[in-house]
Amino acid sequence: MRNLPAMDWASLWLTMQLAGVTVAVLLVVGTPLAWWLACTKSRARTLVEAIVALPIVLPPTVLGFYLLVALGPHGPIGGPWKALTGSALSFTFTGLVIASTFYSLPFVVQPLQGAFEAVGTKPMEVARSLRASKLDAFFTVVSPMALRGYVSALVLGFAHTLGEFGVVLMVGGNIPGVTRVLSITIYDHVESLEYTQAHVLSATLLIVSFLMLMIVYTVNRRLPVNVS
Amino acid sequence: MSHLNARFRLDYPGFRFDVECAFPLEGTVAVFGVSGSGKTTLLRCIAGLPPVASGFLAFGREIWQDDAHRTFVSIEQRRVGIVFQEARLFPHLNVEHNLTYGMKRTPPSQRRMTFEQVSDLLGLTAFLRRRPHQLSGGEQRRVAIGRALLTSPQLLLMDEPLVSLDQERKKDIFPFIRRLNQELGIPVLYVTHDLNEIIQLARHVVLMKRGNVVATGPIQEVFARQDLSVLVESNILGAVIETRIAGHEPQFGLTRVDFLGRSLFIPQESLPIGATLRIQIPACDVSLTMDPPTASGSMLNVLEATIVDIGPSSSNGYAVAVKLDAGCPLLAMITRKSLQRLKLSIGQTVHASFKAVALGV
Repeated sequence: MRNLPAMDWASLWLTMQLAGVTVAVLLVVGTPLAWWLACTKSRARTLVEAIVALPIVLPPTVLGFYLLVALGPHGPIGGPWKALTGSALSFTFTGLVIASTFYSLPFVVQPLQGAFEAVGTKPMEVARSLRASKLDAFFTVVSPMALRGYVSALVLGFAHTLGEFGVVLMVGGNIPGVTRVLSITIYDHVESLEYTQAHVLSATLLIVSFLMLMIVYTVNRRLPVNVS
Repeated sequence: MSHLNARFRLDYPGFRFDVECAFPLEGTVAVFGVSGSGKTTLLRCIAGLPPVASGFLAFGREIWQDDAHRTFVSIEQRRVGIVFQEARLFPHLNVEHNLTYGMKRTPPSQRRMTFEQVSDLLGLTAFLRRRPHQLSGGEQRRVAIGRALLTSPQLLLMDEPLVSLDQERKKDIFPFIRRLNQELGIPVLYVTHDLNEIIQLARHVVLMKRGNVVATGPIQEVFARQDLSVLVESNILGAVIETRIAGHEPQFGLTRVDFLGRSLFIPQESLPIGATLRIQIPACDVSLTMDPPTASGSMLNVLEATIVDIGPSSSNGYAVAVKLDAGCPLLAMITRKSLQRLKLSIGQTVHASFKAVALGV
């Protein structure tokens, strides 16, 4: 690790930032979405579920291509953004966060939805009969009971964002310190036949990802809450 | 005395829930019927839980639901306590925090009982620090009752709170539920399909069948109505009598109870002499004879009675209900063949003998 160039450190740090911010955004956006999916009887549910799951099956380049178009200065997201802020979204960190949010959406929403479905509507009913408002009941009863889902969502969302490549390349390009994330740095090293550095970064990513998954499985086994 | 007035309607595929009922907000009111008769739906409609039926609901002078005026008071504002079939304790909280969850959300001005009062009443003080999964089934139910009580509800709704508990555990909990009425004055609506629970707990009953309320009234009256085919079908038609413990005969394992100057024997009870006890005499256990049974007969309980009414046949066609006056109303289910053979008619005096049936605690 001592031999790691400053550029590699920068891309490691950037990757962590990106994954952290993306997971934070996903928890805020994904929680209500997952709760709605878990509770609704609407016919739109199947449609929304399929859309949320798309990034799992779609080649990242396809997703990245559409996101590039959408985030570009004339796109449906990038256009209004440019009008508001004066700058485009593509090839920026913010653009990467938006892209990663879509890319990692299923990895946050699906565990949360599963956890909420396991909790069911009954604890909510009990809490409301004990004079809690819906929001109060959600934060004091449903969320703690769905803790395992939150741990899974957090770790899977984070780890999945760490490893993204295709989407980032399409939307963010390869700007050092701005959009050059770990996986792209590794690719560059391999392209330039710098196998040692590629090894160091790959091993780092491998170990971090493995440790995070170990955390999920350990925590899930040990958490005190048993939803039966 | 204030009443609860309810009128609900809800259409399911192939099933219509359509009820209209009123009952006094005093003591324990039992909602009785076989599974699928709509008991739980009625309770949920009163609580304001989904499925929301159309209709009208007044709790005393408060209107909780009135579709005509688009009134629907939300569940947390109705101030009802609910004890569900399963205890439904919060698994992430210990017993104490389960108990205080609702209390903390009840404004101090509305609190009518203290934490200590409720945990003493229900015997919960010993395991306040424990987690729900460390409690027995009976203990969990008691915590669930306590948790609902600590919101100081105006009405306590209990949906088969003792189902799947064994008889011993039930006997442990009955006294607590009775004390809710006596000591705290909270009216209880108690859903059950267990006749014993009704006899033990309720004064008033709402009888349901296939999504309709078929009768409401004091239990002595409702259970003595022989026109109610649901009672005949459920095999629960019978008289309910208030008695007083008169003596014990431990050598025979029997207890003598008195009512209106007559004595009956029931299997031994642990209550002290002088204590009151409600017993039920199931109509199907009563047999009728013209002559008084001789001393050689095995029946201990024999009452002289006058035939007041002879009912229509039950749905199975071979039995009829006979209404008797033995100082108290009494019911007998006999076969039509016996009816003809004995040439029974209204006004006739017969002897009713029956096995001792204890429903006392």
